Amino acid sequence: MKFYIPPQLTRLAIAFAIFISLFLVLRHFLVPDTFGEYGHYRGASLIDNALPEIHYAGQQACFDCHQDIEDLKKQDVHNDIHCETCHGPGQKHVLSGEAADILKPTGREFCGRCHSTNAAKQISAVFQIDLKKHNVNRNCLECHNPHQPWKMKK
Amino acid sequence: MEPHHYQHLYDILTHAQGYIFPNEIDLQWGILIVVYPFITGLVAGAFILASLERVFKVKVLKPTYQIALLTALSFLLVATMPLISHLSQPQRAYEILITPHSTSAMAIFGFVYLWYLMVVLLLEIWFDYRPSMVVWSNEKKGVMRLVYRILTLGVNDVSPRALKWDRKLGYIITVVGIPSAFILHGYVGFIFGSIKANPWWSTPLMPIIFLFSAMVSGIALVMLVYMIISYFRKTVIDLNVLDTIGKYLFFVLILDFTLEGLDQIQRIYEAEESFEIIKLLVSGKLYLTLFVAQGLVGTLIPLITLAFLQFYKHKIKVRKSMYLIVSILVLIGVYSMRWNVVIGGQLFSKSFSGFTSFKLGLIGLDGSLMAAFWLILPIGILTFLLWLLPPWKMVPEEE
Repeated sequence: MKFYIPPQLTRLAIAFAIFISLFLVLRHFLVPDTFGEYGHYRGASLIDNALPEIHYAGQQACFDCHQDIEDLKKQDVHNDIHCETCHGPGQKHVLSGEAADILKPTGREFCGRCHSTNAAKQISAVFQIDLKKHNVNRNCLECHNPHQPWKMKK
Repeated sequence: MEPHHYQHLYDILTHAQGYIFPNEIDLQWGILIVVYPFITGLVAGAFILASLERVFKVKVLKPTYQIALLTALSFLLVATMPLISHLSQPQRAYEILITPHSTSAMAIFGFVYLWYLMVVLLLEIWFDYRPSMVVWSNEKKGVMRLVYRILTLGVNDVSPRALKWDRKLGYIITVVGIPSAFILHGYVGFIFGSIKANPWWSTPLMPIIFLFSAMVSGIALVMLVYMIISYFRKTVIDLNVLDTIGKYLFFVLILDFTLEGLDQIQRIYEAEESFEIIKLLVSGKLYLTLFVAQGLVGTLIPLITLAFLQFYKHKIKVRKSMYLIVSILVLIGVYSMRWNVVIGGQLFSKSFSGFTSFKLGLIGLDGSLMAAFWLILPIGILTFLLWLLPPWKMVPEEE
């Protein structure tokens, strides 16, 4: 007896063969040129990632000019907080040297972002004050130097 | 970052409560990632209902067999679109398909889809419709004749022997299709369940919960589509069909509810270090979508109604409207479940001490209008498919 192959199957096999070869051809043209250059990703994506403008200069760039602040910071608890945490991105200021290109935050609200009472935070890790009670009418900077917060101003 | 962006960061910080890390302020996954598992769930669920009829020979469900298959196909064609419109580089979306890697959970998705779409769903529909398409290609004139000719792939043999093979091969595909549907949606659950850093997601039960909620939503959708089609075609709704689908919906909903309940009980009893924040999450930010939308509206009310419908067999009109309402409520419930998983999982901080909040945008590639578009598009595709391949005009099968 002759082995019967249903016509549906042969036709589908042809359709699948066409589809798979089309896929392989497309794949040949569509895989990005730099794919696999360094690993299983498009090598040129590294260039893409390097393209965005740099905004943060890094702490060392600040200390290159502001040695005095580095000395102050070293002696107190804010030593671990990098400059740009409070002053914002500083690359523009590093390049221009203009005071207008860097933030100098003042005001109780700003300090309160970290230091206002919050039961979720450990007091041993972040010192907390109640903004509604602690020297209400005064600015933090009148008594504290943010670079050396525990050395009170006279 | 310009100073005004820096200011923006402080502005959105006011939406945060407690202590959160900077990269947790903005949610990375928005409403489109909610829509995505919802749509794949509908696909898997609708397909499983169709398979029930085929493999277990549930004769009553015959009128919904093709509807379920075509529903699954229309939603599957759109399933990946929410992901692609969510990407900020959508023109590169195809790269995931052509450069697969075994260590990337997302890249494997391409193959799951190709397998499910090409090998399972299209083939099953093709084998089922081929005899009818041959007849239609002879009856129709002009362009439609050509369209059906192409759709038959030129296989015009309608001899009993060839028809027997259509049924046989279609059956094999269905049998292969059931585990495939399970894999497709179980895999969506796996994507969340395998993120071990997130205690709201990371549970081995996640794929199973996703699968059962998928079945719930797919069955409800087919019930709804069947009623809507009957309304537009002005034909009588077969109550036996509704009762049978309703019975399946009832059982699967019980399973789904039990599994999700077990997951929560386990979480409550274990009370790991993440539990405090999860307790705050579900009783606060997720209260409406979890307890009200998912629990009460989407699960308890449909469960009680379906249980009631198991023995209430009197007024036909009442039963029909109850089934209509139940199917809509269940769909709302499953949508809320996706919301609770996707959005809920990103609202609390990895520090377990704070929350951020999610503001749903209206416009843009990641907004709710876009999400609505991806939910409406499959309905349009389904309408087209029902016009192209009307199940009610099929050539009756000889047993």
